[in-house]
This record gives sequence, C-alpha cells and structure tokens, in this order.
Amino acid sequence: MTTKPVLPSVCARLAAAILVAAATGPVTAAPTPPATSVAALPSDSIYQLPVVLTGQDGKSATLVARRGAPVLVSMFYSSCKFVCPMLIETIRDIETKLSAEEREHLTVLLVSIDPAHDSVEVLQRTVVERHIDGARWTLARTDAASVRKLAAVLGIQYRALPDGEFNHTTAVILVDADGRISARTTRLGDADPAFVKRVKSQLVAARH
Amino acid sequence: MATTTLRALRARACAAASFAALVGVATAADYVQVPAGTLASVIASDPASGPVPIDAFAMRTTPVTKGEFRRFVEASPEWQRGRIAGTFADAGYLHDWRSAIVVGDPQAEDQPVVNVSWFAAEAYCEGEDGRLPTWVEWEYVAAADATRRDARADPAWRARILGWYSTSARAVLPAVGGDADVYGVRDVHGVVWEWVDDFNALLVDGDSRSGNDPDQLKFCGAGAINLQDRENYAVLMRIALLSSLNASDSTTSLGFRCVRPLAKEVK
Repeated sequence: MTTKPVLPSVCARLAAAILVAAATGPVTAAPTPPATSVAALPSDSIYQLPVVLTGQDGKSATLVARRGAPVLVSMFYSSCKFVCPMLIETIRDIETKLSAEEREHLTVLLVSIDPAHDSVEVLQRTVVERHIDGARWTLARTDAASVRKLAAVLGIQYRALPDGEFNHTTAVILVDADGRISARTTRLGDADPAFVKRVKSQLVAARH
Repeated sequence: MATTTLRALRARACAAASFAALVGVATAADYVQVPAGTLASVIASDPASGPVPIDAFAMRTTPVTKGEFRRFVEASPEWQRGRIAGTFADAGYLHDWRSAIVVGDPQAEDQPVVNVSWFAAEAYCEGEDGRLPTWVEWEYVAAADATRRDARADPAWRARILGWYSTSARAVLPAVGGDADVYGVRDVHGVVWEWVDDFNALLVDGDSRSGNDPDQLKFCGAGAINLQDRENYAVLMRIALLSSLNASDSTTSLGFRCVRPLAKEVK
C-alpha cells in the first residue's frame, strides 16, 4: 500500500502550495504564463483542481503545470487486460491522424484509478511494455482522494471490484490550453474523426 | 470600528459565547463509532460474492448544518457562493442563502445545509479530517433503526421511509437532531438526501468484454453492477438520484455528513 499519512488539511494545502511553487519554477520549461496563473484560470477549467500527479519518471507536478497546450486526458489502471490497452491504441490512432508537427505539441496524460497498485515502478513498466513515448505521454498516479476528484471533474465513473479489477468509463478527453474540456470521445479502436478535428483546432488555437 | 466601545465588544463576546453554548455539541462536530460488520448491499458487483465487509468508522451524528457550513466558507472564501470555481459548483450553489456568508434567519443555522456540490462537501469533510462516506458505509448505517443494525427486512421500516419519499419536499427544512438510531446517528432518513464519496460509481454497468460494438466497450474490468434487492425502493431511489448527478451539481434536498476512518483491523 502506498497510502499517504493523513495530514491536517492546512498542512496538505501548504504542501500543495509548495509543490505548485516547485512546479512553476524553472524545472518545467512549458510555456506557461508566469506565477499567479491559478487566479487567472477560467472558472470551468479542470486545472482549478489542486491535485499533484507523479509520473512514470517519479517526478511530481500539479495538474495546472500542464497549462499552455492542449492535453489528451484519460484514466486507466495498469493491470487492466482488455479495454485499457485498447485505450492506449485508440490514443495512438488519434495521434496518427496528426502531422508530426501537430503531434509534437500534444501531450497525453493517463491517470491511474488504482493508486494502491500502480506505483511509479509499475507505471514505468507499463510505459516500456506498451512502447509508449514517455517524452510526451505521462502515466501518472496520485492519492485515492485526488483520483476521485479528478474522475469527478472529467466525468469518469469508476468502481473497484472485489477481484481487484475496476469498472470504469473509458473516455478520451481533450482539454484546451487553459484546462477546459473541449471534447470527449468514448469510441475505442479507430479514432473518432470529429474528435481528431477538435484536437487539430485546439492545437492551432494554442499557438495563437 | 474605531467607535466600538468596550461595552459593545463585551456584549459581542458575550453573544458569541452564548451562541456557542446554545449550539453546544454542534460547534464541535459530534462523531460516533460505527462498528465493523458486513452489508448485503442493494448493489453488488457480483451476485455470487456475499455481503460486503465494512471496516469500523466514525460517522457524524447529524448532517452538516448551514451554520457549520457558513463558518467553513467564512474561513475558506474560495468555497463561497460567487467565488467558487465553476468546475466545483453550478449556479444553484448555496442559492438559498441571504448572501455569500449569511444564511438568513437565525433558526436556519441549525438546518442541514443543502445546495452544496460534491466538491464542496468533500472540502468541508477534509476540514474535519474526514471524508464523505462511501455508498456502502452510508447504506450500512441507513439500514438501522432505533434498536436494530439491519431493519431492512421489516415492512414497517420500509413503509416509514417510503412515506417520507412520497411526500413532497418541505419548504422549510427541520433542524438537525432527530431520533438517534442504534449507533447514535440521526437524520439519515426523513430530512435530506446525502452525498457519498463514490456517488459517480454506483450504476457503472455492463461487461466491457462482451460484444464487439465499440459503443459497448465503455467500461474496463469484469462484471456488471447488479441490483440485489429490488424491493428496497427507498434505497434504490437514493442510488438513482446520486447516479444522475455531476459532482458540481447542487440540489435543494441534497446535503451531506462526514465520516472518519478508524484504525483498520488486521485481516
């Protein structure tokens, strides 16, 4: 188990603030507007959620650190044998519909709904086993309470089953440069053309 | 403020003290221990898997009141009506209050808070070092009556709860503090509906591995959620309501209470 100790909320908030500061520091070279970005976020941005995600590389960053370019977001769990691999293939298929230059400006964020099992090591193994481009794709984990909140802002349902599996809605969600949900698709397998179109237009919008 | 006399200050301090005395238990949230057990939930992931084991937890004896929630938003302005991010609350959030930090009539302070989003309810509970109960925790407690931990098979129990659901919503909510159940928990039925932590996981349905239609492949993992007790309409109505909501939604009959985990038993 990787359960975090229960901190009084003030401590948790302070810790989050420190992490925000760290994430907006020089380490992340993303073209985000300087500091105070949280206040200027659109009210309906998913980046309003102060969650901290740890990627397969072991590095932690806030969700809002992704601000500045569109992101494809979904939730998954590593031990899933059937739909989750399809989810990865679906996102790959979406990417094949983009030009190399467009692809370069798109990142993918897959957050585990199974933080008890999806350690950084497991995420890293999944990246290797699935031949995922770890430079643009982040497989991330966070604490269980943050998973529930992130699922809530994304409109994703999930439920742990007694056998260790999860039932969850499989949706790929496009968020714009400011974290607003721009489109979602539940189509698995071949890329949804309407969704691809939205991805392209958000990539154009983000560069203006 | 410069003209405030010492006497006025003293009067104010006195008023605050008597307010605290009047509210009594409600100022420091009252939790009671709910012992571990098992629950034959109306929803189950696998009909063959028996009752769900429930770890012991502590539950608030009453739903969070408007007065308690007012103190919370005073301390945490980002959760005030008008300031809260659209991601976390819809337009109806706390719309029944007189202003962002004034509930209204003094007696309304003891009514359960309603028109709160799931995000706001979670944030409040975190402030009490707790969280929202899971569905099965809530259902476990909701199965009780004054003398039994599981009264659900009793037709009289079902009739009484259904009686509440069949009456139209009251214009004015009663104050919290109804009769205690066997655990000492109050107002589970008959006053407001309550958010649960996993409200968005109750009706996840369908086996993702059956069929080849991409539209059918919405869910990952095995097994569908099945309704185990189709007679228990009162509880099923709760599930239907909760499943229909988004986490930013607020409704005039939906409040919440918090739980705190206790030390886990060694299994």
